[in-house]
Amino acid sequence: MIELKSITKIYSNGDISTYALKGISFRIKDGEYVAIMGPSGSGKSTLMHILGCLDTPTSGQYFLDGKDVSSFSEEELADIRKEKIGFVFQAFNLLPRATVIRNVALPLTYAGVPKEKRFTIAEKAVVSAGLDEDHLHYYSNQLSGGQMQRVAIARALVNNPSILLADEPTGNLDTKTGEIVLDTFKRLNNEGRTIVLITHEPDVAMHAKRIIHIKDGGIISDESN
Amino acid sequence: MKAIDLLEETYWALTANKVRTFLTMLGIVIGIGSVIAMIAIGQGTQASIQASIQSAGSNLLYIVPGAQHGIGMQVSSGRGSARTLTQDDAAAIASQVPSVAAVAPQLALREQITAPGTNTNTQVIGTTPDYAGVRSVFLQEGSFLNANQLASRERVAVLGPTAESDLFATGTDPVGKAIKINQVDFRVIGVTVAKGGSGFNNPDDVVYVPLTTAQQYLAGDRYISQISVEAADAASMDAVQAGITNLLLQKHRISNPALADFSVYNQADIVATASTVTSTFTALLASIAGISLLVGGIGIMNMMLTTVTERTREIGLRKAVGAQRKDVIAQFLMEAVAITFSGGALGIVLGWLLTLALTLAAGITTQISLFSILLAFGVSAAIGILFGYYPARRASRLNPIEALRYE
Repeated sequence: MIELKSITKIYSNGDISTYALKGISFRIKDGEYVAIMGPSGSGKSTLMHILGCLDTPTSGQYFLDGKDVSSFSEEELADIRKEKIGFVFQAFNLLPRATVIRNVALPLTYAGVPKEKRFTIAEKAVVSAGLDEDHLHYYSNQLSGGQMQRVAIARALVNNPSILLADEPTGNLDTKTGEIVLDTFKRLNNEGRTIVLITHEPDVAMHAKRIIHIKDGGIISDESN
Repeated sequence: MKAIDLLEETYWALTANKVRTFLTMLGIVIGIGSVIAMIAIGQGTQASIQASIQSAGSNLLYIVPGAQHGIGMQVSSGRGSARTLTQDDAAAIASQVPSVAAVAPQLALREQITAPGTNTNTQVIGTTPDYAGVRSVFLQEGSFLNANQLASRERVAVLGPTAESDLFATGTDPVGKAIKINQVDFRVIGVTVAKGGSGFNNPDDVVYVPLTTAQQYLAGDRYISQISVEAADAASMDAVQAGITNLLLQKHRISNPALADFSVYNQADIVATASTVTSTFTALLASIAGISLLVGGIGIMNMMLTTVTERTREIGLRKAVGAQRKDVIAQFLMEAVAITFSGGALGIVLGWLLTLALTLAAGITTQISLFSILLAFGVSAAIGILFGYYPARRASRLNPIEALRYE
């Protein structure tokens, strides 16, 4: 469960201060599928970084599973990311020259899970991300774009996170493979996953059950789809 | 991250670009290899110099006469030139100074020696039977001078191996043969075992005759040129040195020690001086080799900085999935240390091969010590940490948001 209370983010560059977020408040319950939509420069990337605990707000409170993480230190944020957040990036960000299984198991090495157990969990994540088990020992650079993104989804799922944060997950894919990735999200949501999708494309946002529109650092609409 | 996972990550990272890893490692291999080889040469030289000093005998003190001055005391002929020491002094040292094991007076002369068909010019030492014990002289054939020969001024000679080979053809037994020293007939009674050494001060190019014989037939006077004294043990060296100085000052009626007409040298001092010289030599060689190690270290830092830049997105991803700063530091530091450590191990092998080649090809005495191997390992690990720390720290401080966006 996510709760944002009047979150603001100000970037200071010398004397000039830029308001990236101007008091954003909303709540995402467990099991929701939310799309955050807005044009570039709307502040949706900043919001994504705060939601993903990669950054902290200038003011306001962010409750993640009841814990106020808005003033956490760098170390504490890293621990939260390790335990509660799964990232899916536009550029996949897989380790090149590493097998699918190593890529997927990577977050578990930082969680200190023993190797045997790591690989069993990773295999399950690969299957639930909709990738064929045959691909486990392929090198990540031998895969197609759609396969790479499903490896990234498996990696995001592997630590059983509270939210799956997807930042333009179809941006580097063609329409057809994009559809397959979006179908994967829909299925995961049906299985009970909380998914937050950040995008600027209305077609992509249409897949979510709730759409939050952002412009100039503020929410302009928040409605069920 | 667990240590075993860290090692695995390091292995994957380093084998991903084998050529680059190997070339970077080569800098450390050459650096460590040359440090090991240079120290081995230095220590080998030190050991061989010490062995040659020790071959003159152990716990030795040398007494030489002071400088001889001409009329008006203006021109000095140098230390050892004065005729102030006598066999009487030697006898007094043997009987009056405590902790003296043996005393051997010597009269060194340079004479022309002839055997039938050959001749040589070499050092003739007139001495007493005790000399063999004091100066560690051993016989390969015949016997050394004895007390009867000394008392009756017999014209007998013991040859050093170099003098022997200069005077007699190989295969002939010189014992019993006749030679002439400065036109005087002598009979050869023994040949000594080689001590090793070469050049101007060859301990094997020598002929020993009884002291009394040398004084009567060759020098024509009663003086001697050196007294060798063996102290009972190493601990009593200083006491013996002081005892001899006091005794001789008294015997020669000199009240001011600064005006002594003799000098007493201590073998330990000579060894210490030689050690200082060879240690400086070793340090010089090692520091030249150390420069190549420094260059190797800079190579490591260069590679690590390149790696960090290349893997910026990977670092961002690792941080996004929960890696702490210390995890990232550990990962990159481990890579640097793994390179220098394996480079160090290969360097030790290279250094060993180098010293082996030097010994076999050039005949240089070398000695690889455990110390230099431990030093090499320590230094290579330290270089990895030193030159790997800055790139690792840089990696750990990357902002994950910017790192993930890095193109």
